Amino acid sequence: MRELLPAIEPDRRIDDWGRSERVEGVFDATLVEFFYRYWFRCEVEGVENVPADGGALLVSNHAGALPPDAAMIGKAIRDEHSHPRPLYMTVEHFFKGYPGFSALLPKIGCVPAHPANVHRLLYDEGQLVLVFPEGRKGTEKLVKDRYRVQRFGRGGFVEAAMRAEAKLVPVCVVGAEESAPIVARSRLLERVTGLLYFPITPTFPWLGPAGMLGYLPAKFRIRFLEPIDTTRMGDEPAEDKALVQSVAQEVRARIQENLHEMVSRRKSVWLG
Amino acid sequence: MSDGVEVVAERPQRRRVLITGLSSYWGGRLAEALESFAEVEAIVGVDTRDPTRELERTEFVKVSNQHGLIQRIVRAARIDTVIDARLVVDSITTSRQRAHENNVIGTMNVLAACAGEGSPVRRFVFKSSAHVYGAAQNDPAFFTEAMTRSQPPVTPIERDVVEAEASVVDFAGKQKRVDVTVLRCANVLGPDVRTSFAKLLSLPLVPMIAGFDPRLQFVHEDDIVHALEHATVNRIPGVFNVAADGVLALSEIVGLLGKRPLPVLPPWGAGLLSAPLRALRVQIPPEMRGMLRFGRGIDNRRYKASGFEYGYTTREAALAFSEHLRLQPILRGVESSYTYEGEVERFLRRSPLARPPRPDGEESGTAQEPFGI
Repeated sequence: MRELLPAIEPDRRIDDWGRSERVEGVFDATLVEFFYRYWFRCEVEGVENVPADGGALLVSNHAGALPPDAAMIGKAIRDEHSHPRPLYMTVEHFFKGYPGFSALLPKIGCVPAHPANVHRLLYDEGQLVLVFPEGRKGTEKLVKDRYRVQRFGRGGFVEAAMRAEAKLVPVCVVGAEESAPIVARSRLLERVTGLLYFPITPTFPWLGPAGMLGYLPAKFRIRFLEPIDTTRMGDEPAEDKALVQSVAQEVRARIQENLHEMVSRRKSVWLG
Repeated sequence: MSDGVEVVAERPQRRRVLITGLSSYWGGRLAEALESFAEVEAIVGVDTRDPTRELERTEFVKVSNQHGLIQRIVRAARIDTVIDARLVVDSITTSRQRAHENNVIGTMNVLAACAGEGSPVRRFVFKSSAHVYGAAQNDPAFFTEAMTRSQPPVTPIERDVVEAEASVVDFAGKQKRVDVTVLRCANVLGPDVRTSFAKLLSLPLVPMIAGFDPRLQFVHEDDIVHALEHATVNRIPGVFNVAADGVLALSEIVGLLGKRPLPVLPPWGAGLLSAPLRALRVQIPPEMRGMLRFGRGIDNRRYKASGFEYGYTTREAALAFSEHLRLQPILRGVESSYTYEGEVERFLRRSPLARPPRPDGEESGTAQEPFGI
């Protein structure tokens, strides 16, 4: 039914997911540009592993109080890829119910992580989607646990890619874990603010909400790994739970292995 | 109800149609539209109130929601197609009890009238609402027909709609000889229909919940009428979403209408504000609160696959509505009002003196061209 998708209306500047060209452009030219180029000095490897067309699911490790990794991966594809494409970033449903985030996040390309949303983006619209299978376990972890990739949920992301016949592209990000280190968490303040988790970082909550953006200038390296083709895994691979689990494990292992290698080669957290 | 879309090409067959809720906006519009279809041989409309539209050949029967009486009409007129267009989906239009009476009990009665041994009914079209999906935090961005709501309904209207649709699905399972089509319509937006959303969007400053910019999808009123026609003349059993292409952010719609958003409603406890807001002539019914926070998008591809074409996108529906808003101060009070007079209608249809205009549009008789040009 792909041919029955709504036609694009050229006069609109917001897409059906709520993504706004204008708001995203403003962010891209200011905050994201500053952090990408001057603050984190991102270096990108293997961006050609991101397919130039068709649906693909990017899978990355995840860290930081207000994780900067998603925005940097999106910016890397926009700036370095020969065919720049928009990237849809999946976020917790929680944000849809939190004032402020609810209005802003869709405008800059975030989509609630519902399996049906991922399927429509990958299969029907052939878009790039970024998932963090670690989810909250990744962002909540304290700085002492950095670069230990957490459990990859129940492999739902593999199933989604298989159903959508999309490629899986593992992504490794080094630097995010030091840029927004979480020293401790406060259960009490979690409950008071209604936030998912309440991190204590060098700048938050001491500098107020803006303290969330008080990233330390860690050197960022982003590596896109070889894509995994899910279409050559037999008929209806998503129904084979063992296969789903082993693919999920393999993706996780590859990311962990590359992270170890990248961290071991790094001379300085700040200078790279 | 089958999952795949099957459109069975059939030779145009003469249809004898019953419309319930003839005096509602949708019933009236549909009767008016079906009068021009040659294959629709007879149109009977029932309602508890008098019709609000001038109709040429539709026969109106005033009847309360009693299944016994409706059943007698169905059998006597050998009705083969019933279109149920009565559903109340906006709680500001009537009281809670009346809405429940109409939506739940009324649907049961109409279904009972179509059931039973020897019933001539072969096709049943039910105008349902996208309220069956609700509007909640954990919803997908686009509901397909196979999905269910993520939370049980809490508002009275949503509960009614869910219950009414369940009884229709149950009917479809039991009455194997009847093709049942359920159309889940998105919120309507257009020049004519007065809904809670239309009222909200008519305000000079459009109130929004602070920190939220929901994704909303509408459908133009003409497209709903065409969708009902499409299900009347084609055999398309199953459940279908009816919504225009395009899901727009509320701020985008407000911009299209040339208005300013006013994000002043508090994110929590908006229900407490309903009394002071009503004093300001702003009514936000309970079923709209979820929409103003989380919005709702529905996938309209299945009905398109059955051969239906929409005339308007959501954006075009909003633009049509904005044109109406600009004209409104000028047209107020000029709109023609029609009052149903049973005697007159009977004379026009029954009396040998009343001659209907010929189908080619020419008046019968010799009064034409009096100067013989």
